[in-house]
Amino acid sequence: MQKFTEISGIVAPMDRPNVDTDAIIPKQYLKSIQRSGFGPTAFDDWRYLEPGEPGMDHSLRKLNPDFILNQAPYNQASILLARENFGCGSSREHAVWALDDFGFRAVIAPSFADIFFNNSFKSGMLPIVLDAAIVDQLFKEVAADTGYQLTINLEAQKITKPSGEVIEFDVDAFRKYCLLNGLDDIGLTLKHADDIRAYEKTRKQQAPWLF
Amino acid sequence: MAARTLYDKLWDAHVVRTEDDGTALIYIDRHLIHEVTSPQAFEGLRMANRSPWRADSLLAVPDHNVPTTARAEGITDPVAKLQVQTLEQNCKEFAITEFKMDDIRQGIVHVIGPEQGATLPGMTVVCGDSHTSTHGAFGALAHGIGTSEVEHVMATQCLIQKKMKNMLIAVDGKTPAGVTAKDIVLAIIGKIGTAGGTGYAIEFAGEAIANLSMEGRMTVCNMAIEGGARAGMVAVDQTTIDYVKGRPYAPSGETWHKAEAAWRDLVSDQGAHFDSVVRLDAADIKPQVTWGTSPEMEVAVDANVPNPDTESDEVKANGMRKALAYMGLQAGMPITEIQLDKVFIGSCTNSRIEDMRAAAEVAKGRKVAANIKLAMVVPGSGLVKQQAEAEGLDVIFKAAGFEWREPGCSMCLAMNADRLQAGERCASTSNRNFEGRQGQGGRTHLVSPAMAAAAAIAGHFVDVNEL
Ligand code: SF4
Repeated sequence: MQKFTEISGIVAPMDRPNVDTDAIIPKQYLKSIQRSGFGPTAFDDWRYLEPGEPGMDHSLRKLNPDFILNQAPYNQASILLARENFGCGSSREHAVWALDDFGFRAVIAPSFADIFFNNSFKSGMLPIVLDAAIVDQLFKEVAADTGYQLTINLEAQKITKPSGEVIEFDVDAFRKYCLLNGLDDIGLTLKHADDIRAYEKTRKQQAPWLF
Repeated sequence: MAARTLYDKLWDAHVVRTEDDGTALIYIDRHLIHEVTSPQAFEGLRMANRSPWRADSLLAVPDHNVPTTARAEGITDPVAKLQVQTLEQNCKEFAITEFKMDDIRQGIVHVIGPEQGATLPGMTVVCGDSHTSTHGAFGALAHGIGTSEVEHVMATQCLIQKKMKNMLIAVDGKTPAGVTAKDIVLAIIGKIGTAGGTGYAIEFAGEAIANLSMEGRMTVCNMAIEGGARAGMVAVDQTTIDYVKGRPYAPSGETWHKAEAAWRDLVSDQGAHFDSVVRLDAADIKPQVTWGTSPEMEVAVDANVPNPDTESDEVKANGMRKALAYMGLQAGMPITEIQLDKVFIGSCTNSRIEDMRAAAEVAKGRKVAANIKLAMVVPGSGLVKQQAEAEGLDVIFKAAGFEWREPGCSMCLAMNADRLQAGERCASTSNRNFEGRQGQGGRTHLVSPAMAAAAAIAGHFVDVNEL
């Protein structure tokens, strides 16, 4: 997994609630058996003017000029600013892979759907929950200043605005540790293999029908 | 011991170890997999030179990509075909049981688990699919996971988790005629919203839930995720026990008796603490129809399409306007005046035998309306199909003008050839009405199987009681 320590980047505003994972990466692309290559088809239905299929050369497709991520400088953004319940719907981790492949490293929203939130950490993407009022203020500042940038420092749990103003955020300690160090949590869990075997032994006696 | 909720009990029984900050390793009993979210996990295993911790806990089935017609010809889309073949190869390599496309037991992953008794009360069940919440109907702790977690569970038999909060949703009293499990759960989502259950494990309870069959309970738990909760569950009672008994993967003989005794305890204790409690009166619930692009955008069939101008929350009002524009609807128009193009009866929400029966009862002796271009019924599994045919339901559907298909996810998410064209409007028994879910530009209205069948006959929405 890629490490996350500190990033600075352009903030792209996506001003609608309940952005679902079907919108982030439409189903036809889930036929892929790879983990990469989803960037060109992130937000496919909103981003292009005609329907897309796997295997197309997406660079030849007509872009929807009204879609925010097609407009400079937001096509270079690395931080996504979103509304309530971002990432709801399907459990497809492809949604996180698509955002990552597009170039996003962090998503800021007042709330996230549980599975998306969880999936993000597994791919080195940082989802940050901020108060709805603070998010609202960020939307206003982004709208007023093309090319608005934020700096996110995970170690210090701080976001710095262009004005120098600092916003603090919460993050689960274990997840922070994994992100900062780019750790593969399977390796961490396997350190407890003896505990897992001991659990299985007891459980087998109590509930043999589970084995 | 302090009074515990059903979720507390399931959690406690599966904790392998807990860190100081509450992060726990949770043991997983059953891991279901399908072709779409597993290939990258298998690839990860291979790259790290790992193999499944317990191959016998895994059960695989292709469902998302499989064709619902002309099965014998195989899959024509080469990309989809490769994905299904990849599942096959992975299962072979790691000695995992798979119900292949030509197996009578093949079907939607959330239909076949319970049908086989592979989902049992008291289990932890995971799958790389958000509708894994379905299995909670058995008094199991079941939820969807992403592909990294699929790999994690394969490699370690565990998940790293923090405990969720407890929510009780009680549906008191009896439901009126024509009101089904689907209407109950749509009404619940309308009430709590699509993020209402975020961070919670929901227990569905109350007389109306207790009166549901296992099929109905699965429909309710299936859509816990549309209410924001990864896991939904129902306590074990006689209905649960009767359903599980005699299924291929269920215990038998002496072990059955031991298991049954243990399962009887899978209920919330008197006085157990819930962090949030929501109550609904079943008598108030009418047949439901969604009008927008989020499952919470729903109303009773006798209502009108809501008006965003009367919504005080600006973000919400804007969401409503976008939804109305996408759906091609006018605020204020009666739901019953919405004309349809297609009807889809199927998906892991509503493709079990009881759903087939409910739809057939409405279709019997009637004809699909002339304006309906396609009305299709897609059973949830080969065994559901077989049972329905034994009861003559296929004959009823075909006589009325419905197509009778092979099992799979089909037009629930339109990964195969079954999909809506841009602008087409569909009455669907599935669980998501997101933009483009059933095909780019397609417009989805979620309803129960009886309401979908009634809509097919009338050509527009109609209260099934008034057909
Ligand atoms: S039927 Fe639909 S919701 Fe259910 S598993 Fe298949 S695609 Fe997902």
